[in-house]
Amino acid sequence: MLPDSVLPTDKLCLEVRNLHLWRGEQHLLRNVSFTLQSGQLLQVQGPNGVGKTSLLRCVAGLLPMESGECVWHGQATQRSSSAFQQALVYLGHSQALKLDLTALENLQFAVGLRRTLSTHDVIQALTRVGIAHCANLPVRVLSAGQRRRVALAQLVLLDASLWILDEPTTNLDVQGIAMLEGLMAEHLAGGGCIITAAHQVLLAGHASNRELVLS
Amino acid sequence: MTTPAMHSPSPFSQFALVLRRDLRLAARRWDQMLQPLVFFVVVITLFPLAISPELSELRRIAPGILWVAAMLASLLAADALFRPDVEDGVMEQWVLSGQPLPWLLLAKTAGHWLLTGLPMVIVSPLVATALGVTSDAWLLLCVTLALGTALLSVLGAIGAALTVGLRRGNMMMALLVLPLEMPVLIFGAKALDLGLQGDVVIGPLSLLTAMLLLSVVLAPFAMAAAIRISIE
Repeated sequence: MLPDSVLPTDKLCLEVRNLHLWRGEQHLLRNVSFTLQSGQLLQVQGPNGVGKTSLLRCVAGLLPMESGECVWHGQATQRSSSAFQQALVYLGHSQALKLDLTALENLQFAVGLRRTLSTHDVIQALTRVGIAHCANLPVRVLSAGQRRRVALAQLVLLDASLWILDEPTTNLDVQGIAMLEGLMAEHLAGGGCIITAAHQVLLAGHASNRELVLS
Repeated sequence: MTTPAMHSPSPFSQFALVLRRDLRLAARRWDQMLQPLVFFVVVITLFPLAISPELSELRRIAPGILWVAAMLASLLAADALFRPDVEDGVMEQWVLSGQPLPWLLLAKTAGHWLLTGLPMVIVSPLVATALGVTSDAWLLLCVTLALGTALLSVLGAIGAALTVGLRRGNMMMALLVLPLEMPVLIFGAKALDLGLQGDVVIGPLSLLTAMLLLSVVLAPFAMAAAIRISIE
């Protein structure tokens, strides 16, 4: 899926060292460290409220880390943030969709800021996530699962090597989860890396699957 | 996916994209976009009823009324500038897009002015007539209001970005932004007042223009910093 020139030559992509995070008075993340190599999937697990979302937001750069380091291809992400962010897709709880715009327009405006794209590209991506027939419907009338699929179409359209997915399976049906796992497997095979926080294990048994349990 | 299609868009096409998006969204929610304009018109038309229908008396206070109404209408509109995008997560995606955030926010502010400031400029001759402003002052009225509402949009955008994370940011924003907007009110109303009396208006107009240029250059950075803090 990715052209070879985009692939990193070294295997180590992301390294997080001794990350601490406080939310108010609460010491949420204590000394979290992990590494991620190209082609690897890291699944963050733990009970509700343990800080999975905070960890993902922290790595993505939405939350400042109080101490610790996050290194992307040898460079601290805080310092070379735009290079890191161009290699990143973050999909959070909120799907970042405008209810008054159609699925097609939403993707054109969201992805269009990061790369030039034609209507054809968008339709192709919507076909890939299985909702091409909803392309010209306002997102307001789509079901929650269909909206999630529209958001996931960004993964197909953006040429990013790191995916950070926070609960990507929310509202998806069985076929939807299978579709997402297909996308993820394809991305990993192309040398990309993925961090997810999900209540169910995705791509169970996949060779590159790793777990990080927060407690 | 072919490689040539992967080029990142130029800053100008990004600007146009944000503008197109906001105009299209506004077209689908036009009832909300009309609110500041309706407020502007209603407030101004209430003055002749409350004070006196005597045109000579109204003409004396017309610049003040027009400017205060424009300022409050623009303050009313500013709250909705970033809030919807922050609430549905679009702003989060913009922050993480690796694209220049100040530039995107400036485009959003420009769209906001087109949707709220420009309509006020266009209807201002009509409502000013109710205050006894004669047609030879219409051009001056439109020019001062165009400069002034643009400036108010930019200053309001800083306040909106700072308070978007607060639950009831409206009051706080008024407190933050009103002191910054005072010079706009003073010079805008002064220019109009001088013009109506047949004096030279170039002084206050130049000051308004200078303030606009300065704030267009600097304010987007303040907005971007404020947005980054607000969405934490």
